Amino acid sequence: MVVKKTIGEKIFDFLNILFMAIFSFLCIAPILHVLFASFSDPLQLMRNQGIILKPLGFTLKGYQLVFRMPGILTGYKNTLIYVIGGTLINILMTSIGAYVLTFKNWGYTKFLMILVVITMFFSGGLIPSYLLMQKLHLTDTRWALLIPGAISSWNLIVMRTGFMSIPASLQESARIDGAGEWTILFRIILPLSKAVLAVMTLFYAVGHWNSWFGAMVYLRDRAKFPLQLILREILVQESQTATVSQFSQVIKVGELNMYKPLIKYTTIIIATVPVLCFYPFVQKYFMEGVMVGSVKE
Amino acid sequence: MSVAITKKKKNIPQQNFHFNWKEIKRNFIRHRAIFLMSIPVLIYYLIFYYAPMYGVVIAFKDFSPKLGILGSSWAGLKHFYDFFNSYYFSRLIKNTLLLSFYSILWGFPAPIIFALLLNEIKYERFKKGVQTITYMPHFISLVVIAGLIKDFVATNGIINDLIVYLGGERSNLLINPSLFRTIYIVSGIWQSVGFNSIIYLAAISGISPELYEAAVIDGAGRWKQVLHITIPSIAPTIIILFILQIGNLMNVGFEKVLLLYNDSILETADVISTFVYRKGLLEFNYSYSAAVGLFNSVINCILLVAANFTSRKISETSLW
Repeated sequence: MVVKKTIGEKIFDFLNILFMAIFSFLCIAPILHVLFASFSDPLQLMRNQGIILKPLGFTLKGYQLVFRMPGILTGYKNTLIYVIGGTLINILMTSIGAYVLTFKNWGYTKFLMILVVITMFFSGGLIPSYLLMQKLHLTDTRWALLIPGAISSWNLIVMRTGFMSIPASLQESARIDGAGEWTILFRIILPLSKAVLAVMTLFYAVGHWNSWFGAMVYLRDRAKFPLQLILREILVQESQTATVSQFSQVIKVGELNMYKPLIKYTTIIIATVPVLCFYPFVQKYFMEGVMVGSVKE
Repeated sequence: MSVAITKKKKNIPQQNFHFNWKEIKRNFIRHRAIFLMSIPVLIYYLIFYYAPMYGVVIAFKDFSPKLGILGSSWAGLKHFYDFFNSYYFSRLIKNTLLLSFYSILWGFPAPIIFALLLNEIKYERFKKGVQTITYMPHFISLVVIAGLIKDFVATNGIINDLIVYLGGERSNLLINPSLFRTIYIVSGIWQSVGFNSIIYLAAISGISPELYEAAVIDGAGRWKQVLHITIPSIAPTIIILFILQIGNLMNVGFEKVLLLYNDSILETADVISTFVYRKGLLEFNYSYSAAVGLFNSVINCILLVAANFTSRKISETSLW
């Protein structure tokens, strides 16, 4: 259908595109600023005013320093453990839960559903959860970051909605052919739910990659700290002793002020770029991952 | 519906809860594979969601880790009274409500407007590019966001460069109590407007094109189409998300506040959840802190139920 545009519409279209372009620039500008700053010469960086839209000089010194800092490397390793292990547990538990909840005509599933939905709106809160973790002897173990968040009720419901869009006849015919429930889940349901699986994997993985609060509350041993906790020391609590000792392992005290901004920008980049490179591949499935409206039956 | 099913196939029981133990037993045996499958999930929920809910009873006790939950003596509503009468009570309530109120006022309409505007763009590649870029901030960790904010608003940061350029004076904006809410909300919108628009774009894409075609035949221009078709069609989504927001009113972005606040801005930045964290995990007042947390959850629940009730009466859209 071709309808000729009025002048008002043309003006609107132009302003709309202009607005979107400016807004996109505002979204990406801080990231570009940090990216270019991380490659910039520290002296020019100190003198610079305003936003950086091209590297000021060029140096890889920041990256050399950052990868020599012991906290960063162990942090990176730990974060990978938490992201991979945690996401595997998340996806396994959430798909089992979602599969069970697709099973209808049975009072038991309805009971489970109520159990799940209540947790979306009410929780015990920080202190009781902390005391529980202590009681279970999970504090200061890696499990403290892997198990407690195994299922997010929101994601469970989204995944269930995804599973329910698969024709029930497929399951029925598999059942008649003698397939067990596990076979149906892993051989039929999951392979047919790639979109929802991709989104859930991304959301869970990014959640693990970016999380810091659980680690701060439950972990004491620095050898188990994820990257975000080390970042917090470097970016947010600059003056504290743990941070200063981090810095002093790679640079002389006299050079600290010169290299500190460079190290800050570089750590931001190494902590952020992996995620930013990953999500565009899953982006086309996002719409399927946000259908929260389907909480209602 | 359940009646129809029972008529068709006698062996499929009704969906409703009814305690016919024989039938329940028969069901568990017939569906034992599903039942077995549900056990790890059930146990997980009972331990990690429901045990802490039981743990909330420490709010009514004088909890001591040595004695455990059962062994500690009852304290009644003492901790609640202590909180209501404390110097911090009014400040915390005010800060939490104001931060939440302004977040909703500015942050809630923003993604809706963004989705409506983006929907009007017909160049698919430009649209997709805008989406990819505006989703980006959502994936940046709060630690990094807090680091960026601290760096940008610092005395020698780029926001101050701009202020000087516009004729103002340099200062560290993050130690100015009157600016905390602005910083919190502007950075929040920056981070989430793109990503939060997805759900509205999904709702818009579900609208039948026939509606628009009919409107064009009736002579509706683009503005009229948005006003009379797009907005009414996504209204249920907007209402549901609004109810959920109201039900979360007291849980303002706790982690972000925790990362950003400092002693000089506590008078505007300290909210209930950060207070719970400090009292409980830094000062070990477990019972007092759990009481404050419970108060917070109860207010949230009341707000959620009230918002849902109001919406059901007015618009016939509701969560349950």
